[in-house]
Amino acid sequence: MLSKRIIPCLDVRAGKLTKGIKFKGNVDIGDPVEMAEFYYNEGADELVFYDITASSDARAIMIDVVRRVAERIFMPFSVGGGLRNVDDMRAVLLAGAEKISVNSSAVQEPEIIRQGAEAFGAQCVVLGMDVLKVGVKPGIPSGYEVVIHGGRKPMGLDALEWAQRAESLGAGEICLNSIDADGTQDGYELTLTKLISQAVSIPVIASGGAGEPRHLAEVLTQGKAHAALIASMTHYGNYTIRQIKDYLDGQGIKVRNYW
Amino acid sequence: MIAIIDYEAGNLTSVARAIGHLGAPCLVTQDLEAIAGAERVIFPGVGAAGSAMASLKRLGLDQALRQAVASGKPVLGICLGTQIVFERSQEDLASCLGLLPGEVVRFPLRHVDAAGGPLKVPHMGWNRVSWRKPHPVFAGLPEQAEFYFVHSYYPKPSAPEVVLGVTEYGFEFASAVGRANLVAVQFHPEKSGAPGLKILENFLSWDGKAGA
Repeated sequence: MLSKRIIPCLDVRAGKLTKGIKFKGNVDIGDPVEMAEFYYNEGADELVFYDITASSDARAIMIDVVRRVAERIFMPFSVGGGLRNVDDMRAVLLAGAEKISVNSSAVQEPEIIRQGAEAFGAQCVVLGMDVLKVGVKPGIPSGYEVVIHGGRKPMGLDALEWAQRAESLGAGEICLNSIDADGTQDGYELTLTKLISQAVSIPVIASGGAGEPRHLAEVLTQGKAHAALIASMTHYGNYTIRQIKDYLDGQGIKVRNYW
Repeated sequence: MIAIIDYEAGNLTSVARAIGHLGAPCLVTQDLEAIAGAERVIFPGVGAAGSAMASLKRLGLDQALRQAVASGKPVLGICLGTQIVFERSQEDLASCLGLLPGEVVRFPLRHVDAAGGPLKVPHMGWNRVSWRKPHPVFAGLPEQAEFYFVHSYYPKPSAPEVVLGVTEYGFEFASAVGRANLVAVQFHPEKSGAPGLKILENFLSWDGKAGA
C-alpha cells in the first residue's frame, strides 16, 4: 500500500529560500541546499522547489541549486517556475530533479504538457494549478477558476476541465494550490481537492493552507489527496515531519515512518 | 569500475550520483568494451519498453547485457531495466531480453484496492517490499523500510523462484527479482533514501552469488 506523501515546498528566489504569504512580502530565510538536506534527514517524502524568479540569469542559478541538491539528497524532488519549453525541462531534469512542474506556461501553451510527457515520460510532468473559488458562472461550471502569474491573473478556465485536459495531455500528477487557502494556515481547500482528485486518475498533491497536522489528515482523507504540500508549518519549526507523521499514523493514515 | 549502461532511456545521472556518494568509481557508458571490462553492471532506465529495446539493439547493448549476465559478474536492473530483463512487455508489445522468465504487464485501467477504492496508475510513491527469500543485496534492511516507485507496468515472472520481494498495490506484484548474479528491482534505490543506498552499497560488495 502506498504511503501518503508529505512534501515540503521551498520557494527559491535568486538561489535563496523565501516563503511567500499570499504570494506577497517574501523574505529570504536561507540556503535551499541546506534546507533540502535538512528535510531529507527529517523524513520528508519528496521536495518541491519553486523558482519564483523567471529571468534567464536566475535560471542558471536555479540549475546550480538543483545540481547541488541532487548531490546531497537521494529522494525525488521536483522543480517548477518559469519552465517554458522542453529544453528548459531537460536542463532541470539533467541537473538531477525527478520531476518538473509547469503552471502558467501550460495554461498559455497546453502542448508543453504533451511535449514534456513525450520527451521524458508522464511521470516527470507535474501540472501545477493555482485555483481561485469564484462560484459557478458562465465558462466556470465547477465554480473554481484557474489563475496564473502567482494568482494575479484569472484565465476564464474552469479548474475541473483544465485538470482533466491536462491529464489527457499527459500530465503525471497535479499539484493543486488553492489561492484562497494559501498562506492562511487555516487548512486546505477540501471541497476543491476532493473535486479534482475524484475527477482525474492521476495523483493529486494538495497545496495551500496547511497550519497543523490535523489539516493534513483532513485533506488526505476527506480531500482524497495522495500527498500534501507543506511550507510554513515546518519551515519555521512549529512542527517536525516526525510529529506530523506520528499524528497521521495515529489517525490510521499510512505514512512512511522509517528513514 | 561499475558500468552504468546508457541506452538513452531517461536520466541516469541520479544512479551515478548515488554510486559516487557511496565512494565507488562508476561510468555511465554505451561502450561495449567498457561494459565487458566492468567489475559490475547497473542497468537502469526510465521510459517505454519498446523504444528502450530499440535503442539497446541499435547500440549493441542487448548483447553486452546478455554477456554481462552470462559472465557471472553482478548485474543490477532498476525500474525499466528490470522490466527489460523479462521475455516480453505488454508496453509497446515489446520483445525483451528474456534473461528471466515471464512478462511485464500493465496495472488494470480501473485499478482498485481491497476495499474497492480507486488506485491511481502509475503506482507512484513510497511502498514497502516483503522480502521472500534472503539475498545479500537486500541484507540488513528493516521490515518497515520503504522504497520509491514510479511505474505503470510491473513484472510478472513465470517462475516463482525468481521472486525475491513483493509489494502490495491492489494486489501483490514482484518488486524485486533475480537469479544467480542478476538482481533487479522495480523501485528506485537511488531515490529511496537510506534504505535505497543500503541496497546499492550491498550490491557494490556482492560477489554475484545468490543467497539461499
